[in-house]
Amino acid sequence: MKHIRTIINKEWAEVFKNRMVVFTMSFMPLIFTILPLVILFITSRDLGDMGGVYTTDMPVEFLSVCEKDMTSGECVQIYIVNQFLLIFLMMPVIIPVTIAAYSIVGEKTTHSLEPLLATPITTMELIVGKSLAAVLPAIMAGWVSFGVFLVALPVIGVSETVINYIAGPTWLLAVFVAGPLMAIASVNFALFVSSRVNDPRVAEQIASVLIVPILGLLFAQLAGVIVVNVFVMLIFIAGMILVDIGMVYLGVDIFQRENILTHWK
Amino acid sequence: MIETKSLTKIFQVKNSQDVVAVKDLTISVAEGEVFGFLGPNGAGKTTSVRMLTSLIAPTSGAALVNGFEVGKDDQKIRRSVGILTESPGLYERLSAWKNLEIYANLYDVEDVDRQLTKYLQMLNLWSRRYDPVGSFSKGMRQKLAVARALLHEPRVLFLDEPTSGLDPEAARLVREFIEILRGQGRTIFICTHNLDEADRLCDRIGIFKTRLITIDTPKNLRQKLYGRKVVFHLRALDQAWIDPIRALPRVSEVKSVGQRLVVSLDDPETLNPQIIRILVEQGADIQFVGEIRHSLEDVYLQTIKDSEDIGVKP
Repeated sequence: MKHIRTIINKEWAEVFKNRMVVFTMSFMPLIFTILPLVILFITSRDLGDMGGVYTTDMPVEFLSVCEKDMTSGECVQIYIVNQFLLIFLMMPVIIPVTIAAYSIVGEKTTHSLEPLLATPITTMELIVGKSLAAVLPAIMAGWVSFGVFLVALPVIGVSETVINYIAGPTWLLAVFVAGPLMAIASVNFALFVSSRVNDPRVAEQIASVLIVPILGLLFAQLAGVIVVNVFVMLIFIAGMILVDIGMVYLGVDIFQRENILTHWK
Repeated sequence: MIETKSLTKIFQVKNSQDVVAVKDLTISVAEGEVFGFLGPNGAGKTTSVRMLTSLIAPTSGAALVNGFEVGKDDQKIRRSVGILTESPGLYERLSAWKNLEIYANLYDVEDVDRQLTKYLQMLNLWSRRYDPVGSFSKGMRQKLAVARALLHEPRVLFLDEPTSGLDPEAARLVREFIEILRGQGRTIFICTHNLDEADRLCDRIGIFKTRLITIDTPKNLRQKLYGRKVVFHLRALDQAWIDPIRALPRVSEVKSVGQRLVVSLDDPETLNPQIIRILVEQGADIQFVGEIRHSLEDVYLQTIKDSEDIGVKP
């Protein structure tokens, strides 16, 4: 554990000395928190109108989420809010990529990887340390954003029904379970890419493709192909657990010290 | 302390022939010895160090470092040796203290503060300990990298080009520090291009180009290649004086160069007084006597050239 802690401290000490990285990491949670609040603020003003969006405009499948005692305005609002749920899931995927993608390849470019690998640290300790260093800030950012979002909802006049839905099991599972699991997958994928390429920019570009499945989910929901509810979320979480376990083992297996040292030019 | 037997490393290159980086390296470095590993760029020196520090695995052969077997006790080897890599590889945004603290923790050093203080003071970096390493000169970075290699007090130290790219003053500081480490009885394995440095620091030298070409003390390497030569500076030279000297046992060659006699001989400590006596008896005025000392550079270049001439190939 001491080695893992040391790697986490090292990564954070380096990352948080770089203002640009700190800005990049805090900009996204800020935007992703403010944007839904602004839209909800606007739409909360007239639940009957919703700026021209009616329940008839929503995919029929989504109506299953709306309960009988909800107004159509509230139902539309939940429909809109559910899209933001996926945006909240994007946060833990995108934020740590900046740190993780640079993690190995950055050490290659500064030639600090060789002395690091010459210490008694094991590959598992190194990978876990680097993963956690990237995952933890992303999870924290996601949770804090969600906290701010929840606190701000009554302030901007969102109805209690909508707030109860957001504070309900679908969102809580998404933010507190699915989000961290996705962050772990994202970071391990980024680390894997980072250990195979020679340029931090390439690592970041390749690692950012992870956002595609979430966008797919977003568009699938908009099109009414799926509706993100508790059941879908539980299946998603189960799948992510398997993906994460596979990614961690694959990452350790693929991290060949010798190749990384000798094939680097 | 370090023993290798037929240590070989072959890199497999996609769509190309395999590259033999190190072939049949067999050496033995004793405890407390400073061993110089000399060779041209691409000779396989760094690959050898990487194998001996368990950073990469040998293709074949065996090696024992500090009593641990390479490929089997890698973790133990990494814990028990110190390495100064070719590039310092420091974290530039972090302070000198933070850089060392990270490594002290990775090496499980017990009293981190004491060790950091000891080496930062020893290497004159104490006053800059909280400054980011990015603001350090090349010499300071190198010293910090040396400190990093020593935090866990390894008995075996691998130094890959320790003074490469340093100005003369910084290089001297690093060399002096290596002398201190030698005084502490540590085994030091130095890869270097700096032949003068190797000559001054090393007890023995291995000249290496994919395979070990020769290994000996600097003095013996010179002697093996050039023998020993003494030059007698005379006020005037009479060719008749040469024959009695040539007749002496263990004198292999006598040449006259201007007013000087150059004598190739085995044992100048015994023969010089006899030669001086002969010359004085024959009326020679001797102005100076000195041994011709070939530089290690001459030895190195000649050895590498000879190995190429006789077709030593990987």
